[in-house]
Amino acid sequence: MIRLENVTKRFPGGQEALSGLDLAVEKGEMVFVTGHSGAGKSTLLKLIALIDRPTGGQVIVDGQNTRRVKRRRIPAYRRQIGMVFQDHKLLYDRSVADNVALPLVIAGVGTREASRRVRAALEQVGLLQKEKRNPETLSAGEQQRVGIARAIATRPKLLIADEPTGNLDPDLSLEVMRVFRRFNEFGVTLLIASHDIALIDKLGCRRIHLEDGRLQNDSAAEEEVLVVRPSTEDRWR
Amino acid sequence: MAVNRHADAAAPVRSSGPVSIWAGRHVSTASASLGRLVRQPFASLMIILVIAVTLALPAALNLMVKNASAISGQWESALDFSVFLDRDLNLDEAAALGRLIEQRADVVSVTLISSDDALEEFKAQSGFGAALDQLSHNPLPHTLVVRPSPANTGQSMLLLREELANLPETDVVQVDTDWVQRFHAILDIVSQAILIGAVLLGAAIIVIIGNTIRLDIQNRREEIEVTKLIGASNAFVRRPFLWTGFWYGLLGGLLAIGLVSLGLHLLDAPISRLANLYQSGADVVRFDLREIGSIIGVAVGLGLVGSWFAATRHMRKIEPR
Repeated sequence: MIRLENVTKRFPGGQEALSGLDLAVEKGEMVFVTGHSGAGKSTLLKLIALIDRPTGGQVIVDGQNTRRVKRRRIPAYRRQIGMVFQDHKLLYDRSVADNVALPLVIAGVGTREASRRVRAALEQVGLLQKEKRNPETLSAGEQQRVGIARAIATRPKLLIADEPTGNLDPDLSLEVMRVFRRFNEFGVTLLIASHDIALIDKLGCRRIHLEDGRLQNDSAAEEEVLVVRPSTEDRWR
Repeated sequence: MAVNRHADAAAPVRSSGPVSIWAGRHVSTASASLGRLVRQPFASLMIILVIAVTLALPAALNLMVKNASAISGQWESALDFSVFLDRDLNLDEAAALGRLIEQRADVVSVTLISSDDALEEFKAQSGFGAALDQLSHNPLPHTLVVRPSPANTGQSMLLLREELANLPETDVVQVDTDWVQRFHAILDIVSQAILIGAVLLGAAIIVIIGNTIRLDIQNRREEIEVTKLIGASNAFVRRPFLWTGFWYGLLGGLLAIGLVSLGLHLLDAPISRLANLYQSGADVVRFDLREIGSIIGVAVGLGLVGSWFAATRHMRKIEPR
């Protein structure tokens, strides 16, 4: 799904965020990227989302070499990827449902179909009953789940998340991870940047550790530690 | 159940093509943009007022020129004919012919200018007095000054002129249109000047709307960044701003027409009085439908151009990082 070949990102100052990184994430994997701040986690995600471009090497996402995606085609490219951000990046001048509908509106999905998918996405994250609220009135965890609902509303094959639990307490973090885990079970490939080692250990997923822009450690997925039961869904309702 | 839902959810999004969806999106974007204007009534009104005044100025001047040429057009039809008679006609015959012409329904009055009077007048006005004294005989004919009835149309004026010219006693018929033509030439210059002014004011409107949109874009920077981050194209981001420009143009254009109409209404009485003094019964020329349409069209066009430039220019700088 994602392949990085000798990827380097050098900033104008000469400082390197990523140095000769090789990486492969298969379809259907759920992978965590760990490392200190400044280790290159965010840069990696930005290169995949084409928010930035590498100074060297290739980034290939779902068979597309990002180098060949022209500026004009970037929006269409981004629509294939679900993105979740640490600060949610919700719009506070509209309701939860309208926030989740935004990528569908951008993609030109019809109103009826869009509202059906918005409800489905909100149901996935357990916020259906709050669809008419303004996101400002929701808790941080709920806002993050609105952000996740927005990311999955277009049913992307790949979802990338940058510190999605960065502002959440452990309980809420676990809740968010469970949501991600469930998408993964249904075939979505996930790449999540996080420094919450304790939480990641609980999930037992594959972990890529970056240090100073280099791959330090790539530990394969362990036996599943966290099991999502249908009953956990009820807790959210 | 959950499996089904998500299996469904894993299918990629396809853009639905129908025109109805596209139109629906435009309608909702348009009403959202209008809603934004309404939510800031004072700021919006100020901008619309500036646009309206800027539009009303050339429109009103243009209307003035139209009225002036309408009135002078009537002057042209109220002009006297100078009928120069054959030189072998004597004064009595000329006077008899004058009385005959005066009886026509399309003629108000006929004044006879004898050749002697004409010569005196010419001597006095031309400055060739001494030279003319050398002439052995008066070269000027008797002249009938025929004043046509104001009821004449352009067509009947032409007919009258032709009939006068065809009289056996007539040498030549002349209409003194020089000064009217000069006046029209002046009006043409004024119209050209108004056109040039209108182009400059149009550019000013583009700048005004562009600047407003620029501020709007700055205020909505975060929203633009987020929508771009989740895959909005420049066209998608630009759309609401284009609609804002459209509304500014439309409302500004309507207000401009309203302002000019109000001005005309206030000037109605004095203009009628002036028209009466010139004995022209015609009404004040107002905007016709085509002009109203073109004022609004131009206003909307300027709004769209201004917002398009501003949005395209300033939107580019807002890229997610």
